[in-house]
Parts: sequence; C-alpha cells; structure tokens
Amino acid sequence: MGLVLNEDEVMLVETAQGFFADKAPSSALRKLRDERSEGGFDHALWQEMADMGFAGVVIDEAHGGVDMGFVAAGLIAEQMGRNLSASPFLSTAILAATALREAGTDEQKENWLTKIAGGQVVVSLALDEGAKHNPQGTATRAEKSGNGFVLNGAKAMVVDGHVADALIVAARTSGEPGEPQGISLFIVDPKSKGVEIERTIMVDSRNAARIGLGDVQVSGDALLGTLGGGMETLSAVLNAGRAVVSAELLGAGDQAFSSTVDYIRERKQFGKIIGEFQALQHRSAHLYSELEIARSAVLASLTALDAKDSKAALYCAMTKAKLGSVAKLASQEGVQMHGGVGMTDEYDIGLYMKRIRVLQELLGDAHYHMNQSAKASGY
Amino acid sequence: MSDLESFALNCREWFEENCPAEMRDADAAGTGNYCWGGRNWVFESDAQKTWLERMIAKGWTVPTWPKAYGGAGLSREQAIVLKKEMKRINALSPLESFGIWMLGPALLKFGTEEQKLEHLPPIARGEIRWCQGYSEPSAGSDLASLATKCEDKGDHFIVNGQKVWTSYADQSDWIFCLVRTDNTGKKHHGISFVLFDMASKGVEARPIKLISGRSPFCETFFEDVRVEKHNLVGTRDKGWDVAKYLLTHEREMISGLGGADQRPLHEIAAGSLGLEDNKLADPMLRAKISELEIDDWAFGMTIARKLAEAKAGASLGADSSMLKYYGTELNKRKHELIMDASGHEGLEWESERSSDGAAARGWLRTKGNSIEGGTSEIQLNIISKHILKLPGA
Repeated sequence: MGLVLNEDEVMLVETAQGFFADKAPSSALRKLRDERSEGGFDHALWQEMADMGFAGVVIDEAHGGVDMGFVAAGLIAEQMGRNLSASPFLSTAILAATALREAGTDEQKENWLTKIAGGQVVVSLALDEGAKHNPQGTATRAEKSGNGFVLNGAKAMVVDGHVADALIVAARTSGEPGEPQGISLFIVDPKSKGVEIERTIMVDSRNAARIGLGDVQVSGDALLGTLGGGMETLSAVLNAGRAVVSAELLGAGDQAFSSTVDYIRERKQFGKIIGEFQALQHRSAHLYSELEIARSAVLASLTALDAKDSKAALYCAMTKAKLGSVAKLASQEGVQMHGGVGMTDEYDIGLYMKRIRVLQELLGDAHYHMNQSAKASGY
Repeated sequence: MSDLESFALNCREWFEENCPAEMRDADAAGTGNYCWGGRNWVFESDAQKTWLERMIAKGWTVPTWPKAYGGAGLSREQAIVLKKEMKRINALSPLESFGIWMLGPALLKFGTEEQKLEHLPPIARGEIRWCQGYSEPSAGSDLASLATKCEDKGDHFIVNGQKVWTSYADQSDWIFCLVRTDNTGKKHHGISFVLFDMASKGVEARPIKLISGRSPFCETFFEDVRVEKHNLVGTRDKGWDVAKYLLTHEREMISGLGGADQRPLHEIAAGSLGLEDNKLADPMLRAKISELEIDDWAFGMTIARKLAEAKAGASLGADSSMLKYYGTELNKRKHELIMDASGHEGLEWESERSSDGAAARGWLRTKGNSIEGGTSEIQLNIISKHILKLPGA
C-alpha cells in the first residue's frame, strides 16, 4: 500500500512546497483580495504551474500532461492549502481534466486537455444548483433541438466560473431531479447567447459564479460522454475532486495548526508562555492526533484512485467527511488559541478559517459524506 | 513473481494445509479460544494445541525474531504478508503473550546474549507466560515514583513491595518488574528492570474484581523475594530507559485493541435496530455510527502507515502515544455505540442469550483502555512534550 511516499513523491513535495511558499504565499492572496483582482488568481502563476507540470498532473503525455496521477495531484494540492495559493488547479486541472479524460472524444481531448496542460485555459464544472452539494438533484434541462440541444436552468458555486473559457454543464436529458440516471454533460462556451454569469466573491476571497442558462443552444458534439450517462463520468470526477480537496484541507488544516503551536510557544500571559498551560497542550495534542489520522485517510484515498481500487469511491467519501471535520477543528482551535489577534485581519489564522469553511463545503460536506459512506456500506 | 509474492504464495499454501478448521474463526473468537501458553496452560482443544505446535515449528509465533531465539527472521514486509495471509483464512493468532508483545522487544534491545537465549525461546514456544510489574498503589500515572524496594545482598537482590494492575499475575510464570535500587537521586534515576519467577518464595498475587465482573488484573505482593543478579536487564538504576521503551510497545499493542477483526458496528446495529429503506432505523445513531466507522477506517490506515514508516523493528517513539490515545478513545466510543444500538438486550448481565452479558462486560472493560499503559491525559502530555515541543510539558 502506498501509504509511505517514495523518493519521487518526496521530491515533488519539496518542489511544490518551495514553489508555492515562494510564488503564492498568503500575502499573494491578500494582494489579489485588496486589489480586487478581476480573475481572482494570478495568470502568470497559473502559467508557471503549467510549466512545472502541475496543470497537467493527471493528463496523459499525448495531450501535453505529465500523467503523475492523483497521489501527485494531492501532494500539490496540500501545498496549495498550506500557502492559501489561489489558482484554477481544482476546477481545471482536476475536475475538468478528469471529466475530459474519462469521457472526452479524441477531438474534445485534443481541443481541451492540451490547452489545460499548457495553462492556456480555465475550464469549470457547472454542477451544483442549490445551497448544498447534490449531484442527483440536477434540475437543469437539456432538450434535443435539431442536431443539438437547448439548455435551461441555473447553476451555483461554479468554481472559477467567472473567468472560464469553457463550462462543463450537467443537465438532465431525461428523468427527474433526484434520479441518478438521465444526467448528461455538455461543454458550453460561456459566451454563448443565453448564458448569464454573476461573479460571486466568496468568504475566502476566492471566486465562483452563479450561472443562468436561458435557451442556450449547443451543438451535438458539445455532449461529453454518453447521453444520460453523465453520472458515471461525474463519479470519477467527484471522487478525484473530493480526494484532492481533502488534500488541500489537510495542507490548510496542518498549517493552521502549526502556526497556532508556534504562537502558543511564544505568547506570554500571567508571566508564563501560554503553551505551558495543560488546557492548551491537551487540545493541541488531540489536534495533532486528528491531523495524523486525517493524513492517512488522504493518502489512502489518493492511492486507491491511482490503483483503480473498487473501494475508491467509499474511501474518497470517508476522507472528505473526515478532512472537513478535522480541518474545521484546526481552524476553530487556531482562532481561539490565538485569542484577540486571531480575530484580526492582520493574522493569517482567520484566512485559513475562511478557506477551510469553503473547502469543507465543496463537493459535499462532512454530513453529506457520512450519509454517503453509510449508504455505500449498506446502512 | 517478486520474492514477496512467492513468499505470500508459500504462506497461503502452508496455512491452507496446516491451520486446523477450528482455528479459522477469528471473527467469532471474542475473548475465548485464545491460547496464552505457560506452565499451567490447559489446551481448550486438540486443534489449539496442533495449531500452536505447527506455528512454533515455523518460527511464526514471533516471525520477526531471529531464528536463534525461536523466530523465523522475517523482514517487516514479510511479517505483514504473513499476517495478511492469516487474515485471509480468518486464522486465530496461535499465541497471546505479554512476552511476545512487551518483554521480547525489550530483551532484544537491552538484554545480554545469555538473557536472550534463556528467555526468548520459551516465550516463542509459549512455555513461559509473563506478566508485567509496573504500577503500584502510589505510582499510577506517575509511574517513576515507584517504591518497590530492591536491595543488593552481594550475590543476589531481595525485593519487597507491592504492585497493582498486574495483568494475569495469578496465571503467570514469570514477571518483568520495575524496582527501586536507589532512592537518593531524582525519581527517574535508581529504577531497575528485573526478572523473576512468580513461584519464588514471598510472591503472592490476588485477583482484583473489576466493574465488568471479571478479574484480569491482580494486586501482587513481594516479601523478601530473592532475585538472581543475572536477571537484571540493562544497566542498574537505568531501568527507566527499558521501561519507557517497553511502554511504547505496550501502547502500540493497546492501541490496536479495537481490532479490525470485530464485526462492523453497523452490522451489530442493524441486527438490533433493523433497517428501513436500507438505512438504520435510528437516523441520529446512524450518523454517529458512520462517523465512528470513518474514524475507525482512517485509524487503521494510520497504524499501517506508521508501521510502514518505521524502520523494521524500530519503535514508533512518541507516535505510539498518539496511536494509544486515539485507538483507546475510539474503542470506548465504539463500545458506547454498541451499547446504544443494543438497547435493552445489551443490558443483560447473566443469560445464555447475552453470552453472559458479553456486550455489557466488553463495554465496561474498554473503560480501562484509556487508563492502562498510561492514561489518555499522560499520552497527551507526551505528545505535547516530545512531538509539539511545548514548554513545561
């Protein structure tokens, strides 16, 4: 079992660690926020990530990727979480790339995968519609019209959707909301007539979009994968996304924790370093334990994805549940142990709390995945 | 085929041929059917005896120990394969033993060649059953304040004092014991690690009845017990080093007590609560069970990861405290949920239907997991000090 990193993976961690700490630390996120950056991320950084092979980490070599697999993708995401690095890595290099790789025609792959690996495009997955993650609840409709389809509906929390060069839209070609069958995926040009995009700046200073689809016409070759079989593609995409988001949560949670431990090793009250107080020590030691458990879950899921293990879906669900809870605890304890300064914008701990809040919600929160794991285990 | 794969194949064939059918019910075993060995052991079945003898002959009761000491000299990777192959046919462990889990690793590290040759092979063969003399009435969490006196009488030592929570002392043949050889310095100094026969004159073990109604522990009294000098392990007055090393092994052992061998919690719950729409009938309990099973899985992965990270035979150091803390708290949570799910049926104390209150007694027993081998609070102290480097911890 690949629970221990090999030499290549250790090297990748070192490279990614140095890269994000240097090029995209938390101060870079502050700058994007304070300057109200239009994209919400730095295009030059994304280009550099492509040059490093990060953008093509799960894309095959024939399409310009490095095909290093999901363990590698997770290790990169962990470092992004640690540094609060803003980039379209999740939307484009993981979710969109996996969808295209799983279900794309040769032409679709040629069109999009090469550009994703090259850092030339942002592609977003437009799946969720309501307040909570619910793939089967998809209500957006795609009706046959001539050789193509007409799309109607509304999407929310489309990560990087405000700057996407293409949208992968989940829409019903048959069935009713709540049913797993009948969902199809379409590659939609956001500049098409009838597409309305509202940028939604989120609590973590990152961006998503609400997207309205009013009689949007797409051609027949916009269909990604089989008609009505979108859920199958989506499960591969969502498994990958959940494992990689979990890895980012691990990085963010671990950094929130270690900066908190650093803080309580320095801060003095009552003439003592507050880290001497057992009330803080035991909570810190508990959190250390939880983060170690969480790390194993992340590695096990990523490894299972690469090995195409039949339990990968269950592992990814369990991991997303665990990481959502643990990273949240790390950020909550972090702010509390920082005391007053934890409430200030000056300290980074609050930025971690915000980012973790978003990540734990993305692609299903802990409650959603506790329910899913129970279902998958037959109860 | 790699060497490891052909090794796995060999193991599989050997187990198929040599593991008696009655010894292939690890899931159902609970606490019964296990063999503890020792001078007074009465085998519960021929199968139990045959299984032990065959495993001894292969050196597989202690697979990673050197052959000279009764082991098979397997690498850690091979030992993991061996365990997997045993699990494949649901084979029971042939021998339960504090000698294997605790004393063995300490002797391998600190013992002289003579001590290893004298004590390790009988442990491997299940001939001598060991108990651990650590805690005292006034030295529980603060173990280093132990006071059992060990006086130098020239060619031998004389031991006087009292131990408590000595597991199975009444059924054990020998004891590994922490004693005080010097009380003039700091408390961690002056502790020595000695071995002696429980049949020695002046040793008395009295079982303690626990809240579970069972008595796995004893109070053990020593009155002028003679201990030979060659039974001192490690350096005199420096027994704390041996004790600490051994404790890391004990913690790893206790942390694994939750045991992946048990029936999944949701199956137990489905048995008593029932399913509605393929979901456990109580949605609140279902959520807690799912949360527990996720933690249980991730904890299992963590044990596997930590063992894989550690070099073969190396101790996990302070991380054993993390595993002990997490594993025992998890096990307590699990048994609370088993009781919740079992409802009225789980409350039965004496009946055939309840296997003599197995659920309730098992639940009560787990309360000791986070106390024995260093309380959860002590483990958190160790993590704070040795891993997080917090001041004053």
